[in-house]
Amino acid sequence: MKNIFLTAALVTIFAIMLICVFLFANGIPAMKEIGLPEFLLGTDWSPGDVPASFGIYPMILGSISVTLGAVLFGVPIGLLTAVFMAYYCPNGLYKVLKPAVELLAGIPSVVYGFFGLMILVPFVRNLFGGNGNSILTASILLGIMILPTVIGVSESAIRAVPDQYYEGSLALGATHERTVFFTILPAASSGIFTAVVLGIGRAIGETMAVIMVAGNQARMPAGILKGIRTMTANIVLEMGYAADLHRGALIATGVILLLFILFINITFYLLKRRATI
Amino acid sequence: MAKQTSFILKSFVMAATIITFGILLFLIGYILIKGVPYLTPSLFNMSYTSENVSMFPSIINTVLMTLLSLMIAIPFGLFTAIYLVEYAKRGNKLVEIIRLTSETLAGIPSIVYGLFGMLFFVTYLGWGYSILAGSATLSVMILPLIIRTTEEALKSVPDSYREASFGLGAGQLRTVFHIVLPSAVPGILAGVILAIGRIVGETAALIYTAGTVAKLPKDLLSSARTLSVHMYTLSSEGFHTNEAFATAVVLLIIVLLINTVSMVIARKVTKI
Amino acid sequence: MNKEKIKITGIDLYYGDFQALKNINMILPQNKITAFIGPSGCGKTTLLKSLNRMNDLISDCRISGEILLDGQNIYENIDVNLLRKRVGMVFQKPNLFPMSIYDNVAYGPRTHGIRSKVMLDEIVEKSLVRAVIWDEVKDRIKKSALSLSGGQQQRICIARALAVEPEVLLMDEPTSALDPVSTSKIEELVLELKNDYTIIIVTHNMQQAVRVSDKTAFFLLGEIVEYRDTESIFSMPEDKRTEDYITGRFG
Repeated sequence: MKNIFLTAALVTIFAIMLICVFLFANGIPAMKEIGLPEFLLGTDWSPGDVPASFGIYPMILGSISVTLGAVLFGVPIGLLTAVFMAYYCPNGLYKVLKPAVELLAGIPSVVYGFFGLMILVPFVRNLFGGNGNSILTASILLGIMILPTVIGVSESAIRAVPDQYYEGSLALGATHERTVFFTILPAASSGIFTAVVLGIGRAIGETMAVIMVAGNQARMPAGILKGIRTMTANIVLEMGYAADLHRGALIATGVILLLFILFINITFYLLKRRATI
Repeated sequence: MAKQTSFILKSFVMAATIITFGILLFLIGYILIKGVPYLTPSLFNMSYTSENVSMFPSIINTVLMTLLSLMIAIPFGLFTAIYLVEYAKRGNKLVEIIRLTSETLAGIPSIVYGLFGMLFFVTYLGWGYSILAGSATLSVMILPLIIRTTEEALKSVPDSYREASFGLGAGQLRTVFHIVLPSAVPGILAGVILAIGRIVGETAALIYTAGTVAKLPKDLLSSARTLSVHMYTLSSEGFHTNEAFATAVVLLIIVLLINTVSMVIARKVTKI
Repeated sequence: MNKEKIKITGIDLYYGDFQALKNINMILPQNKITAFIGPSGCGKTTLLKSLNRMNDLISDCRISGEILLDGQNIYENIDVNLLRKRVGMVFQKPNLFPMSIYDNVAYGPRTHGIRSKVMLDEIVEKSLVRAVIWDEVKDRIKKSALSLSGGQQQRICIARALAVEPEVLLMDEPTSALDPVSTSKIEELVLELKNDYTIIIVTHNMQQAVRVSDKTAFFLLGEIVEYRDTESIFSMPEDKRTEDYITGRFG
């Protein structure tokens, strides 16, 4: 019976190996054929042209810009909300707000995307001009979507700070706010960092919601009020009809996305290990 | 001076909180107001036509897809967690590797799972766009979640239970199945419910594995769209905005149900 | 009369690099109560747990030497589960399973293959009677065991241990988590049980050792300092360290 359990565990390892094997086996030949520098740094993505060009640099920049935007919107608001949850929220209210945050986490990304499409896109269009499908819109939407992650993880980090810190600071005559912001938050910084990294992971991997609001033009970013296409969007939008090298290039886009995530996770893992040593 | 800083900081905290929950309230209110009036009985017709975009087949597909994915993922996830917590010795290299891989698996975006599912289940195994390929993909996707929550649940069972069982001459296996697992059930269930939430909300991993056919499936190899995929198709086609709102209402209700159930279970866990 | 039930020869036990037991030699007589006393961390619980191999559960624990149960080495060619059936254990804190009283007591017999309802009923009742708890719980043996008081729970634990019909009963500070009234009930019970079982009890409570045990072993830093009849060890300790300990000068 022990062996059955062990087998199950090995299947888990096997699954991730399989994911890597299949993606790499299908993506790397395409990268080779296109040429790695041309693929990663080429600024032109026109799979329909003769000869076709497959440069995903615009999409890489697209993913990075909406992710940064999401962090810019989501982290401050999320962190401050977490502070509220941990240090300002009356008990009765907490019983309502905590499930509300979980609800925010449970809402499917299509619903977020649809909300973005119906509300945020016209909002940005009316307020800032342009057609509304833009880096800004996608950033705001992704910022909302990473809120529950940021709130949840930072809140538990803040709560993990020993009470003595709080009492010690108050005993020195510091105000509640000063204590929370200058004593508790620094003490919780490693957990808050985790929250940010998880938020980044969620933002960069998000697909459906972004497609619905980002405009999806495969071109170099031209300003925050202009549309952009992310790597994730590139895959979903074109996989349906892609063939041959085009299809290979899309899978290769997935490989790059996977590498991005692995890079973030490993860096995070190493930093965290260094912090605990 | 200190008073002013305090006031400003406090205002920021309040403003952020109001924004967060304001958005949530607005989102839910907006979708309910726009969607509820279009929740007509015809949207729950047995079959989907281009005039009447019934969501009923998609609901059935979602249920099927959920059950099938859980049937694949739960045994593997449960057994892996049992191995990690009850059998593997501490400091075991394999445990490290499994933990690292399952953490990595957890961080991979769903579109990458979708690509993998398309390459492996759809093309390599030749299952085509199908419920089977979709469920298989989703089960790989939820595996890390199940493993992690089950691990937590098993770890929270007091060691004194295990000691008592061993002390009576029970073997490892009997101890696991008769003592540890029953005590861990609520925690495991909470993980399963989270997984259901992910399955129901998933779109990106399904478009190129299960496809978008809006009919009731004939068998497991039929292509079928789940409710989330249905909603995506409706909203991206742009002809059925009202129906998309109605679908969003149904999705929200499902999420609300799932969250409530998991909260009730979580409360039970902390009681023990 | 004093038949050897357990014979311990040259036991050394390590947790990683730490030596918890140093060259332990002793004979535990049948149908007697032997008390292990000594300050925390002296190795008394460790030795107790070696007797039914509960130390196997600790991954970096190594043991050398010989422990014979009725002449048979328990660290060689033996089914650990059967050993633990013969050598039962009661733990420091009551550790009942989150099930009914009945299921708790029946867990052991079921583990060892008894399925018949009639037999199980009989075993459960007999064990609860032996543990002098039957009258208190007979009306609610199908109810959760966790609703009972600490002292009652501990007596159910004893009943649970008795239900597998052990020959030896190991008790690891069985009353340390209980109030005085429950403690004296357990002590009475232990004295009763001695007629049928060989009992080894670890205790921090010197009076308890005096009250219940026939023989007492005093442990210090992983060694046995003194092991003699309880009466003589407490009235005329031979070793200065024993005297210091039992008169409360340290530990």
